[in-house]
Amino acid sequence: MQITKDTVKYVAALARIELKEEELARLSGQLEGILNFIDKLKEADVSQVSPTSHILTVNNVLRKDELKTSLKPEKVLNNAPHKEGTSFVVPKVI
Amino acid sequence: MSCQKLYKFSAHQLREKLNSREIKSEDILLSLSERIRETESKVKAYVRLNGQNLKFSSQTPAKTDGLLNGIPISIKDNICTEGMPTECCSKILQGFNPPYDATVIRKLKEAGALILETKLNMDEFAFGSSTENSFFGVTHNPWNLACVPGGSSGGSAAAVAADEAIAALGSDTGGSIRQPASFCGVVGLKPTYGRVSRYGLIAFASSLDQIGPLTKDVRDCALVMNVISGYDPMDSTSVNMAVPDYTASLGKDIRGMKFAIPKEYFVEGMDPEIKNIFSEALEQIKKLGATYQEVSLPNTKYAVPVYYIVATAEASSNLSRFDGVQYGLRIGDRGQVAGDRGQSAENRLIDMYNKTRGEGFGEEAKRRIILGTFSLSHGYYDAYYLRALKVRTLIKNDFDAVFKDFDAILAPVSPTAAFKIGEKASDPLKMYLSDIYTISANLAGIPAISVPGGFTKGKLPVGLQILAKPFAEEVIFQVASAYEQATPWYNEEPKL
Repeated sequence: MQITKDTVKYVAALARIELKEEELARLSGQLEGILNFIDKLKEADVSQVSPTSHILTVNNVLRKDELKTSLKPEKVLNNAPHKEGTSFVVPKVI
Repeated sequence: MSCQKLYKFSAHQLREKLNSREIKSEDILLSLSERIRETESKVKAYVRLNGQNLKFSSQTPAKTDGLLNGIPISIKDNICTEGMPTECCSKILQGFNPPYDATVIRKLKEAGALILETKLNMDEFAFGSSTENSFFGVTHNPWNLACVPGGSSGGSAAAVAADEAIAALGSDTGGSIRQPASFCGVVGLKPTYGRVSRYGLIAFASSLDQIGPLTKDVRDCALVMNVISGYDPMDSTSVNMAVPDYTASLGKDIRGMKFAIPKEYFVEGMDPEIKNIFSEALEQIKKLGATYQEVSLPNTKYAVPVYYIVATAEASSNLSRFDGVQYGLRIGDRGQVAGDRGQSAENRLIDMYNKTRGEGFGEEAKRRIILGTFSLSHGYYDAYYLRALKVRTLIKNDFDAVFKDFDAILAPVSPTAAFKIGEKASDPLKMYLSDIYTISANLAGIPAISVPGGFTKGKLPVGLQILAKPFAEEVIFQVASAYEQATPWYNEEPKL
């Protein structure tokens, strides 16, 4: 499968990563090589096989909806690059 | 007392010395600090070490009769430690100071262990097999400083091998504990998926990640597992199952046990020296009264491609949380909340995300996020991601079939011994292929250990891998301990 610079640009936009021109070029070549290798999976007969997304046979884990103490807001906000009061600050969106 | 070179001892030996009041915990800390000062400039196993005296979570152990009372433990940089920086060796998490302890850290502290504030080097976000992808620079293999220590827990393995740590924690998503343990000649266990809580482990691939010990010997590994294993309501993938005393499996003989050797592991790409060392290990196993037989894991050839779809897809999702809002790096914000008329408001937020992530992630992290995003994107999901999940079922079924008839699987850990720094750095696919013997265990969720299994002619350590069925860590400890007792490898030390 051919991976063009435009494909990488499109996927990078989905992933919200700004890439430099030389990164686009390098990645398109590398991804093409990696995906060609991954194409080996097409040889496997999976017509009768169900997918394994998780290795344990556990079902959904539910807990009671009870009030519990959690981390204090100031502790959580401690790492924020930009904060105000008890809120994270982001660039204005509207 | 520090003239005794206490840093050379294992955790269980130090526990005995502490119990008999021959030494105090402070003596160990002093001795370890001296050792780190002596050799760290060559090995570079730790990050953010600022030349000062080492800092610990506490200078005196909690007054408990804990299994690790007074023993310093070193931690990989992706496991959260309250009030002690945890940066995943990434620029994007610079300055992150976790507001809570990971469950494994809480358990270690409750057992009386002292946590080193300085953390261990790793590939950024555990993306790599050589520790060359760290924002902080490369760690050197104590056995040959021109070689990599393996990865991604390369700092953990190198520190234990160099006696710069008594014992360490790492994480294993595709071999990241076992391969560096093999390259550095120490013991490293990836527990069964669900055996150890991941609460507080910065996630890479949530269906594969496990935390595990890297130690100087098998007994220490069992000891640490006794402390960190068990159910945790904070990790819904942890399993509510009693934790046995793993040290009870040590010293038992392995007479009559049956081992499987996967024939698919002995194909092209394996260094003949590794093959010879593995054959000698099998001879030793036979001498101990066990038998072995060749078996087939027919879907082995798909393990690397399945892994690099599943792991990168999960990583692309997990790493979306690094967006410049809650922690770490933020770029392109200019600190303005309102009033910039040059750009539409929506674009300014997205621009901040794009710049922060473009600047904050290293090359391998970007490569994996892009690959993972691609395989999950519209039009490619069925052909790549869904197909990989189905082939994962085939790989798991292969193991289930073998464990019906055998106690454990024996295998090499890596097709080569430690390679030179820079040797594979420019070819990601070549690097990925070096994970061939380790990633299947993560895909199938089974436990596996690397124990020292010999040396190459160039005096580089080579590990022996023992894999067992889910929650059969006891079998692994029994075999690993019997093999360790019968071989001289763990007495060898690197010259630093």
